[in-house]
Amino acid sequence: MPAMTQATEIFGYARKDGRKGIRNVVVVVYLVECAQHVAREIAYPFRTRGVHLIGFGGCYPNEYAARMMRQLCTHPNVGGVLLVSLGCESFDRQGLAETIRDSGRPVETLVIQQTGGTRKTVALGRVWVESTLGALGATPRQLMSIDELVIGTVCGGSDATSGLTANPAVGRAFDLLVAERATAIFEETGELIGCEHIMAARASNPALADVLVAAVEKAAHYYTVLGHGSFAPGNADGGLTTQEEKSMGAYSKSGSSRISGLIKPGDVPAAGGLYLLDVVPDGEVRFGFPNINDIAEIAELIACGSHLILFPTGRGSVVGSAISPVVKICANPETYRRMSEDMDVNAGRILEGAATLDDVGREIFDLAVATAQGRRTTSESLGHQEFVLTYKSFEPIGPACLPVPA
Amino acid sequence: MERDAVNDERLLLLSPADNVLVAICAIECGSSLTVGGKTIQVAERIPLGFKVAARDITAGQKIFKYGAHIGSATRDISAGSTVHVHNMKSDYLPTYKPEVHARHDSSD
Repeated sequence: MPAMTQATEIFGYARKDGRKGIRNVVVVVYLVECAQHVAREIAYPFRTRGVHLIGFGGCYPNEYAARMMRQLCTHPNVGGVLLVSLGCESFDRQGLAETIRDSGRPVETLVIQQTGGTRKTVALGRVWVESTLGALGATPRQLMSIDELVIGTVCGGSDATSGLTANPAVGRAFDLLVAERATAIFEETGELIGCEHIMAARASNPALADVLVAAVEKAAHYYTVLGHGSFAPGNADGGLTTQEEKSMGAYSKSGSSRISGLIKPGDVPAAGGLYLLDVVPDGEVRFGFPNINDIAEIAELIACGSHLILFPTGRGSVVGSAISPVVKICANPETYRRMSEDMDVNAGRILEGAATLDDVGREIFDLAVATAQGRRTTSESLGHQEFVLTYKSFEPIGPACLPVPA
Repeated sequence: MERDAVNDERLLLLSPADNVLVAICAIECGSSLTVGGKTIQVAERIPLGFKVAARDITAGQKIFKYGAHIGSATRDISAGSTVHVHNMKSDYLPTYKPEVHARHDSSD
């Protein structure tokens, strides 16, 4: 395939905090499951006009969920926010609205119990969304360089080809992005068991190396308590011989750059580089699985500022996301042929001798830039706007997690 | 697309630092295979995703895949031979040991 020729200028949506967005979406946010139907009804007629539905289902307060919401509602891809509250849930809707207002974004809160029920709230909400969409056309655009981009990666629906094609190709793309001083974020500490020392050797300093090893140990402990023995020695039938080899397949998404730091959901790195996102909760095991599905991981990467997500899949996931575009990289050539409408990149060509890892890595990099320039991904075109947020708990990161570059 | 002249096109070199190649399709027994510029006869079918020594590896040497140390050879391995549980082992020593934890839990 010939190299994509493109202008590299990205015109981002300028935000008050200095960050820039590659999309300018309105999010309609339910603050408890009981408000979801109303919020969904408000957003539905605008679903092809950049209006996305997000929310938190829980009625009881959770600091992690509150922080995720603050970060998502002030994400650079978000231009305006409509909060939909039932009225009696414990979510701090005033605090969230204040944070959004301080960020310079239009925000409105509709409380269903005060507004007078479903029909009135839906009608009011749609009027607000319509007028806000009109106003968003005036959002100033500014030249955005690649070093302002934040790109996350998570894989889903993996198979034996994932570790041979799509994952290492994303790693090549990450190397290109980090070389341009962009911010690249990888995660899934539970799948890194066995390569924590290999990873630690890439840390920018020894204290960070210890932090990276501890994060994987925490994941091993957490999954053991949950009774999940998915860390058996590598699957010999697929040709994987050792635990460290098996984990390297997932870890290869991170590429080969130096690791600049460890972050937790909601932390936005201040400078470019490669970061590990620790998604496993701190403290005693509670609230169940660290992430109930791929969507929850995508939401956490977005809360860390990710403008777009690189998503390798072997068996063929179709997901997209609210707020940030998802670029799907298909590892398996047979899956690609079956589901090409859902895929952005055919990394399976590597298995057919039609491309090298470097070719596909460059293609992913170019596609990431094109997506930042406004090109729609397949999941965006198909209307995918998945979102999920659950209960979790984290301690803030320590000083060793983000060493100041020498 | 550039081709690796010294290795068969059915073998993928994931990182230049690697001493193993990965089969990107099944390679049948008896077919010839070019590895490190030399052509050998395949003694046993190599399934998709299996590893093949990129060069002669001596017992005790580390095995590198993805540019990472994924274990070490338990016997001498000649270039072109399959590398798997019969001739390599893990060197991974988990710092977190689930069995220790489990024993601790049950004694509480």
